Order: sequence, then C-alpha cells, then structure tokens
Amino acid sequence: MELWQDQGIVLSARPHGENGAVISVLTVHNGRRLGYVRGIHTQKIRGTLEPGSLVDARWQARTADSLGTFSLELSRGAAAPLLGEPLKLAALQSACALSDAAIPEREGGEGVFQGLKALLEMLDSDIWGEAYVMWEIALLREMGFPLALDRCAGGGESTDLAYVSPKTGRAVSKAAGEPYKERLLPLPGFLRPGSVGEDGKEGVLEGLKLTACFLEHWVFAHHTRGVPEFRRVFQQKIEKSLGFSDALTLNNAHG
Amino acid sequence: MQGGPLDQLIKRLSSLPGLGNRSARRIALHLLNRKDTLMLPLAEDLQQAAEKIRECEQCGNLDMRDPCSLCSDARRDISQICVVAHVSDLWAIERTSSYKGLYHVLGGVLSALDGIGPEQLNLRPLESRAALPETQEIILALSATVDGQSTAHYVADRIAREGLRITHLAHGVPVGGELDYLDDGTIVTALKSRKVAG
Repeated sequence: MELWQDQGIVLSARPHGENGAVISVLTVHNGRRLGYVRGIHTQKIRGTLEPGSLVDARWQARTADSLGTFSLELSRGAAAPLLGEPLKLAALQSACALSDAAIPEREGGEGVFQGLKALLEMLDSDIWGEAYVMWEIALLREMGFPLALDRCAGGGESTDLAYVSPKTGRAVSKAAGEPYKERLLPLPGFLRPGSVGEDGKEGVLEGLKLTACFLEHWVFAHHTRGVPEFRRVFQQKIEKSLGFSDALTLNNAHG
Repeated sequence: MQGGPLDQLIKRLSSLPGLGNRSARRIALHLLNRKDTLMLPLAEDLQQAAEKIRECEQCGNLDMRDPCSLCSDARRDISQICVVAHVSDLWAIERTSSYKGLYHVLGGVLSALDGIGPEQLNLRPLESRAALPETQEIILALSATVDGQSTAHYVADRIAREGLRITHLAHGVPVGGELDYLDDGTIVTALKSRKVAG
C-alpha cells in the first residue's frame, strides 16, 4: 500500500462517474499528482475542488504507479474572495490551467509549489498583474526555459533594456535593438533591472504577450492542445479591459 | 433466467443518475412484479412526457407548451429576468415563491475543461431578451463556483447596455450556518458583501 500526506493546491477536477472526480493537485514534496476523489457533491468537499484551493492531501493507492485516491481537507480557498473580480478570477484559472498542463505528472519541486502559492496570495494585492507575469517567467524557468532579462544579449549592459529576443529569450538594449525592433518583443518596465512598483495594465499586457510567445513556442510547442484556453482568455480579458478588443471570444478547445 | 428485454431494461435503468447495476436489477424486478399498477402506467407516462414536454424557445424551460407557462403568465413581472444554469435551478427558485419575474435557462456554465463554450449555451435568445426595452434587470443566479462566476461575468459582458441593471445573488454565510464551521473563503466573501445592520 502506497500512502503519503502532503500540502497541495488543487489545479483541476474532471468529473468521473456520478459522484467522483479525477483531480490534479500540485504538492510540495510529491509534484503534480492525480487522484480520484469520492463524493464530490457533498457539502464538505464541494468547495475544496475549486481551482487554487490550498489543501492538506492524503493520497493512497495499491501500487505507486496506479491512479490512487485522494482525501482532502481544505486549508484555504483561493477562489472565494475573487469570485466578484473577473480579471483576477481569469488569472487564477489561467495559473491553475497552465500549471496543470505544463508540469508533467509526478514532476515539479517545492519551488513550483511555493511559486504558485505565493501568486495565489498576491492575487488580492494591487500588483497582482505584475506578480502574475513574474510567476509565468518563473514557471518558464522551472520548465527549463529561463529568460535572461538582466543584461543585453548584444553588449552585455544592464541599463536601457527595452526588448526581448523571441528566439533566445534574452533582453536587448534600446540602442542594440533599434534596427530589429519590429521583430523583437517589448520588455515591460516592471521587468527591467532595478525597477520597482507597478506598471499598470499596459505593462502587464506587454508582459503577458512576452510570456505567451515563449509558452507557445517553447513549453507547449509539442503539446497537442497547445497553450491552455484559460491563458488565452485571461490575456483577452486584459486587452478588453484596456479597450484593445471589443468582444471576448472563447473557443471550445479544452483547457 | 434472463432474456434480451430484461437485460435491456436493466441496462437502461442502470444508466440513470444514482442507479448502478444492483439497483437497476431491483427496480426491474419491482416493476415486473407490479406490471399493471406500476410498469405500464410508468411506460405510458414516459411516452407522454417524451412526446409532449418540450423546451421553451424563449427561456429554455421545460413545459408542455411553448412559450412555457412561466413565460406566458401575464401576472409575472416582465422587467426582471433571472438567469440560471439548469432547469433544476429554476425549480429551486420557484419553490421559494419569492420571485415573480421571468427566467432564462442557459443549459450549463462555461467550462474549458469540459469543452463547453458560449455556442453550447442558450445565450443568443438571452441577448435578444436583454435588449428589449421592458427588461430592466437581469439577475445572474449562477453557482458560486469558479466556472459559475466566470460564466456570470461573461454573460454580463455580453448583455450589458445602458439602463439595464445586472445583479447577482449574494455570497456568504448560509442560513443556519455557524461561523466556526465555515471555510475561510466563505467568511472572506461574507465580510466583503456585508450590509448595514438594521
């Protein structure tokens, strides 16, 4: 009998049968794990399965490689305070969907867990948008695709950085990038070395476009479903809130 | 012992919600033991329901007529439309007898995980109804889950227009709930939606 107890964050829950669900939980010491949960319609468990819920998880299975069963106890629900805030709710869904899709099953160390936990706590702050972009950059690094945003790929200087190369993920200074600026991604102010504080929704949108490029071409390049739908919807909502897009469209593609 | 029709009956019964093979066998035997008093009338009722009950083209409710009895009831307040995910939610609100407006059944909530997008929901008729000058308030009575509230925000975005009041149900401490037993999220939401006492 395999058995462990760990702290985790619920990433997704797919109904399985009438009263059960297969859930995905990102744990501190056991990586992202799947397991079956019984009685999902009971009062006790219903709120626990919302994405972002911090839980004390107990997983047991006959053998280490079988699906296993989860028993969960809710420590803190991340979704409840955000239900009335569409952008933050979309950010929560995006972060959970990205973690669920990007982190292979049984992979993901404590850093990945702590990063997501910190982001969920930051979603109630004023700089939640910037925190979200920084979390995606950290996720890229954890997945083996680090961005080098502290010095210019051309001259090595760490001042006046303005662009990022979509090929290498390295920062480029304004002077060095000027001739190629059409092909480079803008580097938002809050990601430049030495910058502090918030950058507004425009900066967040630039940051999302930056990370979206690397998520699509690096992390999800070989995933059949591509970047999760929730991530696209989140970026669209930010665009819409800035007046860049008139209508929000949703695909039927699975997250 | 068992022939084709009996097997078929058990199989069909076991596909109903809440029933497994064992329960389906018990129900099949129960029905067969009461053919005249239960099985045949039930078969007749099922056939009648299948033939006569249809979806209201206006609101998505299930009824014998179209528009349904709620939509065609002149006593109901046409300035309010309560948007629910399923017909069972409509029934739950009707049971309270505290709401006298009209309804709109979406037929589910948006869920990228389950592949439910706007096209799968009954949204276009709602847009048309919300655009009518007599509609003054849309009540989004969707579940207090991430999917439910994402759908509520999406619907609110789609139907928003000047002069239309879009409201949603309160979230917080349930009647009979003790604070000590509530989860943190519910308490936080209740604190955020607090009202002036008295």
